[in-house]
Amino acid sequence: MTKKKLPLSSGAEWTPELIARYDAEIGRVAALYELDCYPHQIEIITAEQMMDACASIGMPVYYHHWSFGKHFLSTEKAYKRGQMGLAYEIVINSDPCIAYLTEENTMTMQALVIAHAAYGHNSFFKGNYLYRTWTAADAIIDYLVFGRNFIAECEKRYGEEEVANLLDSCHALMNVGVDRYKRPPKLSLAKEKERQSERETYLQTQVNELWHRMPLKTDDDLANSSANDPTKRPRFPAEPEENLLYFIEKNAPLLEPWQREVVRIVRKIGQYFLPQRQTQLMNEGWACFWHYTLLNHLYDDGLLSDGFMIEFLTSHTNVVYQPPYSSPQYSGINPYALGFAMWRDLRRICEAPTAEDREWFPDLAGSNWRESLDFAMRNFKDESFIAQYLSPKLMRELRLFAILDDDSNHKLKVEAIHNEQGYQTLRRTLSDQYNLGTREPNIQVWNVDIQGDRSLTLRHFKYKRRPLGESWKEMLRHVGNLWSFRVTLEEEDESGSVRSVGEIQLDRRRA
Amino acid sequence: MVDVRIIDRRYDSRNKSTVNRGRFIRRFKEQIRGAVADAIARRGITDIDRGEKIDLPARDISEPQFHQSRHGGVWRDVLPGNDRFGTGDEADRPKSGAGGKGSEGSPDGDGVDDFTFTLSRDEFLNIFFDDLALPNLIKTQLSGLTEYKQIRAGYTHTGVPSNINIVRSLRGATGRRIAGSGPYRKELRELRTALTALEGTGHGDTSAAEGIRGKIDILLRKIDRLPFIDTFDLRYNSRVRIPQPSAHAVMFCLMDVSGSMTEEKKQMAKRFFMLLYLFLTRSYEHIDVVFIRHHTQAEEVDEDSFFHSRESGGTVVSSALDLMHSIIVERYASNQWNVYGAQASDGENWSNDSPRCKQVLETQIVPLVQHYAYIEITSSEPQNLWQEYEKVALENPQRFAMQRISGLEDIYPVFRELFRKKLA
Repeated sequence: MTKKKLPLSSGAEWTPELIARYDAEIGRVAALYELDCYPHQIEIITAEQMMDACASIGMPVYYHHWSFGKHFLSTEKAYKRGQMGLAYEIVINSDPCIAYLTEENTMTMQALVIAHAAYGHNSFFKGNYLYRTWTAADAIIDYLVFGRNFIAECEKRYGEEEVANLLDSCHALMNVGVDRYKRPPKLSLAKEKERQSERETYLQTQVNELWHRMPLKTDDDLANSSANDPTKRPRFPAEPEENLLYFIEKNAPLLEPWQREVVRIVRKIGQYFLPQRQTQLMNEGWACFWHYTLLNHLYDDGLLSDGFMIEFLTSHTNVVYQPPYSSPQYSGINPYALGFAMWRDLRRICEAPTAEDREWFPDLAGSNWRESLDFAMRNFKDESFIAQYLSPKLMRELRLFAILDDDSNHKLKVEAIHNEQGYQTLRRTLSDQYNLGTREPNIQVWNVDIQGDRSLTLRHFKYKRRPLGESWKEMLRHVGNLWSFRVTLEEEDESGSVRSVGEIQLDRRRA
Repeated sequence: MVDVRIIDRRYDSRNKSTVNRGRFIRRFKEQIRGAVADAIARRGITDIDRGEKIDLPARDISEPQFHQSRHGGVWRDVLPGNDRFGTGDEADRPKSGAGGKGSEGSPDGDGVDDFTFTLSRDEFLNIFFDDLALPNLIKTQLSGLTEYKQIRAGYTHTGVPSNINIVRSLRGATGRRIAGSGPYRKELRELRTALTALEGTGHGDTSAAEGIRGKIDILLRKIDRLPFIDTFDLRYNSRVRIPQPSAHAVMFCLMDVSGSMTEEKKQMAKRFFMLLYLFLTRSYEHIDVVFIRHHTQAEEVDEDSFFHSRESGGTVVSSALDLMHSIIVERYASNQWNVYGAQASDGENWSNDSPRCKQVLETQIVPLVQHYAYIEITSSEPQNLWQEYEKVALENPQRFAMQRISGLEDIYPVFRELFRKKLA
């Protein structure tokens, strides 16, 4: 590398050959930084295909549902009116990792996306503990294909509308259809197929078992039975169940075997997306950090033209911009901005620590930045990442402040700002903001009246007195749609007192 | 070094999204139909043949999730860009979560905007036709694009196998074989002459004769080796699509706007006019539309005042027919123009006028028009106008159609006559 190299290209046009050359160069640099990635595959698609992929949450082989059509229409509208640029990239957590490029991108944008998705996100998918435990990158595409075929088959047999209604209800419960703490078994297409029919019959017997004993025949029985006293009856399930979809799949009295399978498919896919929701900040930040680092390295090698860098930096800056709270553009903290800033800050702490950094991060300051970043990427999720690594310097730079909104006070109160007394509070509060457990309501299956009318009781454990949003009525309808009998919703506040919120009456017992 | 594969997917699965899009439209058909009905009321008759922007209330199509409400409980937020606050400062709650606070809008949103999207022309017409209970054949006829006619246009070198012209191809092949073998044949003739000469002189079994025979064999084989038919010889029938000859048409919309025609009846009449217009656009490139409204007097108006003004008073139908006739004579000499008449009324007429209507129709209008359709939008007993018109229909079954309708689905039978004629 004694001679100054010629830039790889000039101008905006791209060709497949150029993309391959850029990819090779980016890959070479990524290897210098010891980025550990899945092999990847680059697919070039049209704007319409990109919108379509966005509509079905980025999945290339999703089953059909009207809601994806709705998302497609709204994306298309925004895109056509020029309100929104198209998503630059979509990347699939699979092995091989698939990165989509839009044909309308310039060569610079293609290179940016390759560095961002095919190396940044890719290495995160491969390294982060949540993805390693919760998703099976080698099986997801096969599983999606299985799901799509199964659902298409159901549509043929039972009618599109029937299936769509079922999917509506399942989609509504997708976020409360995940195991937050248990580790799911790995997905495998062959096993899924093999087990599916086996499972159908087995599941049905399980359910029948549960409903066998009822109902009690005579009034005398009822009177004498301890079952008459609700407090003494054993609860079912014995322990509250956090995964509503799982509980419904296994126990809903009137679901047909195929319906249970559909519930399961939605549940499995929801589970697959859980790590994405838990690591958005880290993941996006990591990808931005790497496209920034890799492309700068290539520029220093003389492989990128000045025009390329200006275009790249313009769009990079747009992506990682954080408008202040008072700006009309403000809509929450930009995960790209905070994530990118944190990873850059981490590297700075390793390479050029100040006295403050040495005090806050004694182990990190002065360490090998590659190893420290790799460790952080592998072992954290958003909330713990912030709790561990958000530095006072960054809080000052972003001028963070924490607001307490307590409905028992008339006014909002500023609890902490970026000063010595505020750092710990700020860090804790921000970390909590990324905790799915507190950000989403905690709703559990509390009881099923096995002896009586089969009604299902859900209990909302209130966190900091926050009530459920208006949508709960609609949601009860969806739960009822799957459960087929009365569904009650109650809430328990932090002092342990319980109050009924509402219920939906249903009895679709077949004649 | 990581291995990379680059796949160009731009050409596979185009319009993959149409499945989900179609499902979305089917799912919310009721709501969309409402929006389409509004759009039809808003649109001009000649404006029917395109897509439409549709608004749906967001709450109807929401996809709910459980979520915590911002209105209540304790919330802590970290915000960027502090420009004025110190620890312990207090501030008023911003209105409706906007401004300072209001991190991400709630998942299914309080007060989200309407959901807006655009129906394509086909989707729009489909829903329009749904209301009118059209048979499928007619639907395809109506929504089909310009009709083309295939005509023969000689021969080409390329095409599909089914278009191969055998005679032409073989003629070409023969010519090529003759031309290709010409030099061989010339040589062959010379050799044969030489051989005959040798044989004639009794040297038929000498080595020289054998040599000539060998050469003859080689030449014959060469000639044989010329392919019987080659791709080069293939000729295909060429056909070109040309648009069907089209002519000018004029459509007269006649409507009673007396006090008894309610807004609802006018809307129904409008569908009727639209359908006729749509039908005519399939057959004619250029269509003029003339609007004549009448109560006791008739006048020619623009579309807007045609549908949206309200008159009161009695009804003299013949005034409109007279006006139509004079306009035809004046502007649409019928050897150049195809004239169509469409009349909508609630059937009320000044009773002495009805016989005159019959007379005007029979003598002045029916001879000049391709077709005349009359709809009576009413549910009460037929009155004298209907009875007089029936006589006209009886005498001119080819050119005159009439129908009493009380709902949209009754409109179609009026066109049956028209379409049958077209199909025959």
